Amino acid sequence: MCGIAGLIHRGKSSNVGSELQHMLQALKHRGPDSTGYALYAENDGQNFIMRFKVGENVGEGSTSINEDASVYDKRKKLVDNMLSELGAKVLKEDRLTPYSFRYEMQFNNDLMEFSKKIESIESVEILSIGKSLELIKDLGDAETVSERYGLGNVKGTHAIGHARMATESGVDIKSAHPFWGYPFSDVSVVHNGQLTNYWNNRRLLENKGMRFMSECDSELIAVYLAEKMRNGATLEEGMKDSLAGLDGVFTYFVATKDSLGMAKDTMAAKPLVLYESDDLVAMGSEEIAIRSILPQEIDTYDPFDGEVKVWQI
Amino acid sequence: MANLKTSEKKTKAQSMGLHSEVLTGKTQQKFFNPDEAENFFYWGAYDVDFNKRTDLDVKDMDCKEANRSIDELMSQGYGTIVIKNPQGKHSLGVGILNKLNLIFEGSLGYFGVGSIDGPMVRVNGRVGWSCAENMMAGKVVIEKNAGSCFGAAIRGGDLICKGMVGARTGIDQKGGTIIVGGDAGAFTGFMMQRGRIIILGDVGINLGDSMYDGTIYVGGKIGSFGSDAIESPMTKSDIDWLKRKLKVAELGENFDVSKMTKVVSGKKLWNYDALEPTEKKGAI
Repeated sequence: MCGIAGLIHRGKSSNVGSELQHMLQALKHRGPDSTGYALYAENDGQNFIMRFKVGENVGEGSTSINEDASVYDKRKKLVDNMLSELGAKVLKEDRLTPYSFRYEMQFNNDLMEFSKKIESIESVEILSIGKSLELIKDLGDAETVSERYGLGNVKGTHAIGHARMATESGVDIKSAHPFWGYPFSDVSVVHNGQLTNYWNNRRLLENKGMRFMSECDSELIAVYLAEKMRNGATLEEGMKDSLAGLDGVFTYFVATKDSLGMAKDTMAAKPLVLYESDDLVAMGSEEIAIRSILPQEIDTYDPFDGEVKVWQI
Repeated sequence: MANLKTSEKKTKAQSMGLHSEVLTGKTQQKFFNPDEAENFFYWGAYDVDFNKRTDLDVKDMDCKEANRSIDELMSQGYGTIVIKNPQGKHSLGVGILNKLNLIFEGSLGYFGVGSIDGPMVRVNGRVGWSCAENMMAGKVVIEKNAGSCFGAAIRGGDLICKGMVGARTGIDQKGGTIIVGGDAGAFTGFMMQRGRIIILGDVGINLGDSMYDGTIYVGGKIGSFGSDAIESPMTKSDIDWLKRKLKVAELGENFDVSKMTKVVSGKKLWNYDALEPTEKKGAI
């Protein structure tokens, strides 16, 4: 199963952290293993925000191997050293859990090379880099994760999120959604479904220099779209290509710093309910997700098979 | 000796292997005539009065509480129940085997009014996936849109959506009628075995894929035909029936039903396992 939710406020900001939390909590029955948020927050847009982890959450039904917490400090130091080597200037750092960090920094060079170097450090994974994207994922339901990372008051224009039921890979943060569209800043993806040509596509993309951090089939969508955009395609073009390029059943959302998109496979095998108005688009795997933020009577519909839609803020 | 010739005389159904088993006791086969079916009541069904009306606010109830409350109201003789604030909750109004006027003032989630036999339902909103799944009899009217698997495996009754519906409408349908005022998604009538589907708008790809029997009428464009689904000429009785049915459904008042496309099973997939490999290829 798995539950996905997304919303975009057009022309204004709102409390997207709290709104997405309510939507994902309403979908908890679809995926209790982990929850992830990709929030496009009201930042000044000057500096990069890098969210990364140096270890896994080993509690709450995790399938990860238990580690001594002292290794996290060692890995953080290695990351700090690497950042100064790469010429990144860290302006602000927050340690949100023993294993996850949020750095605000200035950096002007190629993000792909930068990410490769940082992730060459053992067990270090960049969850996201962007000027407005804040990507948070951890084990537990939406309320637990929101409380742990203080997401309730995050304001922004749009957001996507995921409540995961682990089927294809382990219960851990690296397999949790959303996935960052490496190496593009501010690109994130959530997915509900299964991809059956994962390994074929993965091999092809790895040969082209793209990186995979997990064995979760959903990560392929993020990497697939990133590779398309790297070659000059627009987000919508990449998404339309994915309908033929990706095999299996899927409904997925992609967000960039100023847009939100959805795509549904040609068999319409996975659910999606959509609400569209002039100032708000809200969508989720089930209507109750939308109702959690819009309790009044509204008009919603299911997009058809093979449908791709993109909205701008 | 008895005349064996008369006992060996077989009907067409018997020659196909049907009705050859010996039925005794509780398994004895019974056939209902229409009058008996009309007057059939389930054991424990309530005697309700349609003029006795009440509201039920389910805003703070889960689906079990809401369904139990509906049952309790029926036991008190209420024949018209208006549900307030359903707010997209799942599995509301399921398993009602009773005569009842049930009105939802809002939208339902998944599996709304599933496995019902008898009630007249009106949803003044939208429904999610698998609305009225396994319905046996009654009438369900949806005023807005419906999700996928609309009317999955229904056995009877009328299921009407005035808006558009998702994919796999009437999947595994075994009887009854599904009427859609707008467009329908892919795989409409997938593996249907009996009954009729009327779509006034366009339909997606693979219409009637692997259908065994039954009829689909489409008013708009067809994305593509599924395996073993073929077009069939419209007859006068089709046109008369469609006119009658659409009137009952409060839909398509000025719709020219004679221009609809009629889709039926090519029946090449019947006895699929007994076909030769080349025949199988042709059937698919």
